[in-house]
Amino acid sequence: MSSNKKYWKSVEELDESSSIVELLKQNEFVEQIPTDEFLGDKNTLESSSTSRRDFLKYVGFTTAAASLAACEGPVIKSIPYVVAPDEIVPGIPNFYATSIADGFDFANVLIKTREGRPIKVERNHLAKHSGAVNARVHASVLSMYDKNRLEGPKVMGEYTSWIDFDKNVSNRIEELKDEKIILLTQSFASPTTSELIIKFQKKYPNIRHVIYDSISSSEALDAFEDKYGIRALPDYDFSNAEVIVSVGADFIGDWQGGGFEGSYAKKRIPKKGKMSRHYQFESNMSLSGANADVRIPILPSLQLEVLKALVSDSYIKLPKQVSVLVEKAKKQLKKAGKKGVIITGIPDFDAQKMVLDYNQDSVVMDVKYPRTTFMGRSSEVEKVMNGVISGDIKGLISVGVNPVYSFPDARFRDAYKNLPFSLAFSMKEDETAALAQIIGATPHYLESWGDCQFKKGTFSLMQPTIRPLFNTQQFQECLVRWTQSGSSYYDFLKDFWSNNILESGNHWNQALHDGVITSKAKVKTDADTSIGEVLISKKIINTKKSSGNLELTLYTKTGLGDGQQANNPWLQELPDPITRTTWDNYITISATDATRLGIENNNVANGALNGSYVNLFMGETVINKVPVLIQPGQAQGSIGLALGYGRTSSIQKEMQTGVNAYRLYKEFSPIQTVTIDRIEGEHEFACVQLHNTMMGRDIVRETTLEVFNTKDASKWNPVPVVSKDHEEISVNDPGADLWTSFDRTIGPHFNLSIDLNTCTGCGACVIACHAENNVPVVGKEEVRKSRDMHWLRIDRYYSSEESFEIDLDKKENISGLGKSLSEFGEMENPSENPQVAFMPVMCQHCNHAPCETVCPVAATSHGRQGQNQMTYNRCVGTRYCANNCPYKVRRFNWFLYAQNDQFDFNMNNDLGRMVLNPDVVVRSRGVMEKCSFCIQSTQAIILKAKREGRQVKKGEFNDSCACSAACDTGAMRFGDINDEESIISDLIKDDRAYHLLAEVGTKPNVVYQTKIRNTNEV
Amino acid sequence: MKKVNFHNLSSNLSLLLLAFVLVFSTSILAQENGDVKAGEALYKSNCAACHKLDKKGVGPALRNVAEKYERDWLYKWIKNSQGLIKSGDSKAVALFAEYNNSVMTSFPGLSNNDIDNILAYTSLPKPEPKIAVAPVTAKNNDDGNLQNIILAVLVLILLLLVIMFYLVAKSLAKLYKVNGIEEKIEPKIPLWKIFVKNQFLMLVSAIMFLLVAAYFMYGFFMQIGIDQGYAPVQPIHYSHKIHAGANEIDCNYCHSSARKSKHSGIPSLNVCMNCHKHISEYNGEEDLANGYTKDFYDKEIAKLYDAVGWDDAEQRYTGEEKPVKWVRIHNLPDFVYFNHSQHVKVAGVECQTCHGPVEEMEIMYQHSSLTMGWCIDCHRETNVDLENNGYYEKIHEELSKKYNVEKLTAAELGGLECGKCHY
Repeated sequence: MSSNKKYWKSVEELDESSSIVELLKQNEFVEQIPTDEFLGDKNTLESSSTSRRDFLKYVGFTTAAASLAACEGPVIKSIPYVVAPDEIVPGIPNFYATSIADGFDFANVLIKTREGRPIKVERNHLAKHSGAVNARVHASVLSMYDKNRLEGPKVMGEYTSWIDFDKNVSNRIEELKDEKIILLTQSFASPTTSELIIKFQKKYPNIRHVIYDSISSSEALDAFEDKYGIRALPDYDFSNAEVIVSVGADFIGDWQGGGFEGSYAKKRIPKKGKMSRHYQFESNMSLSGANADVRIPILPSLQLEVLKALVSDSYIKLPKQVSVLVEKAKKQLKKAGKKGVIITGIPDFDAQKMVLDYNQDSVVMDVKYPRTTFMGRSSEVEKVMNGVISGDIKGLISVGVNPVYSFPDARFRDAYKNLPFSLAFSMKEDETAALAQIIGATPHYLESWGDCQFKKGTFSLMQPTIRPLFNTQQFQECLVRWTQSGSSYYDFLKDFWSNNILESGNHWNQALHDGVITSKAKVKTDADTSIGEVLISKKIINTKKSSGNLELTLYTKTGLGDGQQANNPWLQELPDPITRTTWDNYITISATDATRLGIENNNVANGALNGSYVNLFMGETVINKVPVLIQPGQAQGSIGLALGYGRTSSIQKEMQTGVNAYRLYKEFSPIQTVTIDRIEGEHEFACVQLHNTMMGRDIVRETTLEVFNTKDASKWNPVPVVSKDHEEISVNDPGADLWTSFDRTIGPHFNLSIDLNTCTGCGACVIACHAENNVPVVGKEEVRKSRDMHWLRIDRYYSSEESFEIDLDKKENISGLGKSLSEFGEMENPSENPQVAFMPVMCQHCNHAPCETVCPVAATSHGRQGQNQMTYNRCVGTRYCANNCPYKVRRFNWFLYAQNDQFDFNMNNDLGRMVLNPDVVVRSRGVMEKCSFCIQSTQAIILKAKREGRQVKKGEFNDSCACSAACDTGAMRFGDINDEESIISDLIKDDRAYHLLAEVGTKPNVVYQTKIRNTNEV
Repeated sequence: MKKVNFHNLSSNLSLLLLAFVLVFSTSILAQENGDVKAGEALYKSNCAACHKLDKKGVGPALRNVAEKYERDWLYKWIKNSQGLIKSGDSKAVALFAEYNNSVMTSFPGLSNNDIDNILAYTSLPKPEPKIAVAPVTAKNNDDGNLQNIILAVLVLILLLLVIMFYLVAKSLAKLYKVNGIEEKIEPKIPLWKIFVKNQFLMLVSAIMFLLVAAYFMYGFFMQIGIDQGYAPVQPIHYSHKIHAGANEIDCNYCHSSARKSKHSGIPSLNVCMNCHKHISEYNGEEDLANGYTKDFYDKEIAKLYDAVGWDDAEQRYTGEEKPVKWVRIHNLPDFVYFNHSQHVKVAGVECQTCHGPVEEMEIMYQHSSLTMGWCIDCHRETNVDLENNGYYEKIHEELSKKYNVEKLTAAELGGLECGKCHY
């Protein structure tokens, strides 16, 4: 029934005689549209000779011309050298051995250069103690091609010449001759630099050298100095260890410089029924905790008690269940005798001393050849900070450090700004340099000369691999110039080495080629240049628990570390191995505390993860709007927060992520007591893994050492069976195959073995793959949409119950619909203290690949060498292959990621593109891509052998895959299984070998080795 | 008598001729007593690397050097210049200093006679520069004229025929009129209407038209991006014909990285200077028709000197380098991986197989289509040399054992797999 109601649009309509209503009835618009105005006046229009038809003709002609011109190929210019350098052959890479020592990462590396451009960092196999070649070191090559770098020295904010720079510096130092000036530097670990600083201090006695490590190891250094007389850190060789007990030391991460995973891994593969046992007492879930056999979450304040209980017999304050485990660990340690070791990350002199005393007879700890990397003394740094704030210090020369960003006291910033003399040596105009009066632009380590002693008795060289990109000079170069005239740092270095370090039989050229030499030479270290005062033993601050307070442990992430490489998009997009979150730092909190505080994490409609914000209070320091992530395994009552984020100066907008946690790093102690308050709003995380548990599925296979030793492999590593004619047959049975196979016995057949026992999840392979294969960075927004492009991902699974074993039992016992609904639902959530498993997954290169059969254009096909080949130029982007892939390893180029302002990362600027590998094409929009088993490298190795008319050498293939070459622990092994002498041909026959989702019948060429946990008592 | 006289005359004449020839030839040899031919050979093998006749080289120009110095001094200098300098001879010391103390090789093996011969050669008068004869374009065009005449005659005949027909038609019309025969004009149906009415014909021709159009369209589209025959103008006119053809320089001498790298490499300019430091002018054949004269080539060599910063007069590098921007001829798309060393070194493929008769190319051009089909055809047909390469030893053994195969094409060895060239 229609109604006669009348709806008024306005009051005016009530008035029936309203002129406006009448007008509106007639006209479409209330006011006359001023067409004359925009159509121009009639005169000009008429005087124009261009008629409408002409206009259309022009449009038509230009369109036609443009499209015709598009058919012509562009003219490409080729510019050869005028005088070609002998060592450069276009198309052939050169390798140079060098070292990185940026104050946080110390490692010997090999640099691959193409046509004079460094493009990749590799491990230096000649270096026995190469340090930690981790994800950051692999990514450091991109940090050189950073468009935000300083292009020359600056005085009062203006670019200037080095002559002018020198003049200004000497004038200022002269002016402040009688005042206190501090030379605040990173740890160089460089004998020549120490020598030069001593000379410099002799020339200017008012300048005092203080070493500042942004992440302090001061207490451990103090303890070692107290016991052994030299300032250094003990080295550990975990390949000798039977029992490792770590109390708050993330030694697989960045603890004391890291780099221990290589020796650790050697003892993690069961040999003759034995492997090491690893206990980890910690509050944050760290990489070490994730790899431990027994992980005990414990509050930081109780860690010292645990340590005391381990070395003596006091069990005060410890909860019952912890005491039991401590007792167990202790028994094991006793049994292991010299092969047991305790390590700790507690920032306390006594704790460190206790550990040194305990380990003094251990074969694991090496004090004869200790590590001489970090040298900082927190008490001295504290004095500098307070001295600048109080105005006591008049001048500050900072080298390679960024105190304005990383000092805990926020007042330092203003004090620094008002300093009479501030000089910063820096690669970028970082927070400190931006406020400094004079900036010395320094080159990247790949453009520098230098030497290092990372470990007593082992010396290494740093050499430039490219001519400096900008008008930069090393700090050492300036020191040489200021202290002695007419010489360069290179000459100084060479002289110093031939006089002091090179022993008879060692030659400079050989040392430069190898990158490392061993020598008995005694040289000065950073510690000798800065004379400290009385040792200060420091206690953990504020361990008493006031109600509602949480204990915070600050940590560094594998990606960003101390934050110097914050402008590196590769590292920003590297998923954190534990949380799998990119582009962020956040508070990690236990589920119980989260519920108590009303903090939530939830998945939104498109699957992305959102989380609550909190404000964090610590005394007067407040950090607003910190996102919180619920972290399984976080000790109740504790939270964690990563350092190195929240940088803003000389950092591209996209990479200004997270909050600056250095403000909480009071007294340079990572352990603090804080309060948090939930606030409104939701944070958008960019997390690449949203399903955290396996729910009892057969993905990561694992068993215990006991079962591994006593039972047949078919029990703990069974070959899946499938049904054929209602009979169960093995998937490997030829009858189970739908397809006939190639004959692959001739020529190489590549396989990759991944040992889940030794994969620590460190992520170095992910970055190495990025660098080798020109994998694009997509940015936070795209990662949130699950469009990350990593060819290689490291899946991390938590157990739903206390261990994966119990998970499996629980799943087996589910019966009936009701139970399956409720219990499977429960299994989606990780346990409060879960077991963790890492699994690197890349294209499995299936011999019977599901992707190949569905491609309508045959863009993906199989090679006889076992590689599943992806032909980008053939791909039309149907994405059928990705849908049909059971491993979800194919990545689609949703956008053009190179030369596109929407994705303003390294591929969008000329400098950043210099890192691209010329042997691998940059994929365009709309094509699928995936791991290729680095076919460019395997082909290059085959070609090299062909050229030299020989067989491929043993082990030559292992380093061809970027991931296996980057793997410090040897968890990844790549090679030719047709070569009977290769390691891989044994590995595929190993009892532990299995294929991922073997029941699907894809017959992958990637083989995993079952994880063995040493959990049960022997 | 007459005969005798005549004989005498002829003999006298020949004598006269002989005398004339002798006088003339001795007049050349008169001032030197050496053999020019032997001298030239000696000069080219011993001196030419550092000396030029009319220009400064590493050492001074040698034309008429015999007039500048005494013969004995020259003997001493050539045999052992350093000895002469050490003995304190002022002329020698001055000369040594003038040429940047560059030591001249001693030639103790040359006899005085040899040196005489060389000096004889260097004392030859400078040949008159060849005047580049302007290419005769106004060649008497007999053929052309003939054609024109034939054409004119044909046109004339045609014209006559038209007039004839016209006249015939006219007279016939008159005849009709006279005889009173009416012309019956049937209603004319235009040809196109008949055509349109015939549906079968329409269909067939439409199909034909579409097919032909498709054929040409296909041809047009398939040649897009194929630059076969592409011969751009290069910043320096470099003639492969002269270098690889006339002088038979091996391709690998300049494109040395073809044996070890994926790139064949454009030679850096210092490679050019290995030879061109001594070759500052062109003395080969000239192609006057195309304007490739000595003068033209000399200018191109000057361009090289300019780019590399070589001062030819002073015989030194100025340090002002201007890299040459060559126009790249052979372009493969980024998604194709091609390796020269695989083909040149491992497979032993001749450069000419893909690049065509380079030694005949005055201007370099793209000989092959460089399409994927072209690559694959070759891979399908070419047998891999399994026997003379250590890498294939095992493969060869296994193949012959398993399948009794002795010969294999690149394709059969996996040379057609996508991933071998696309990554």
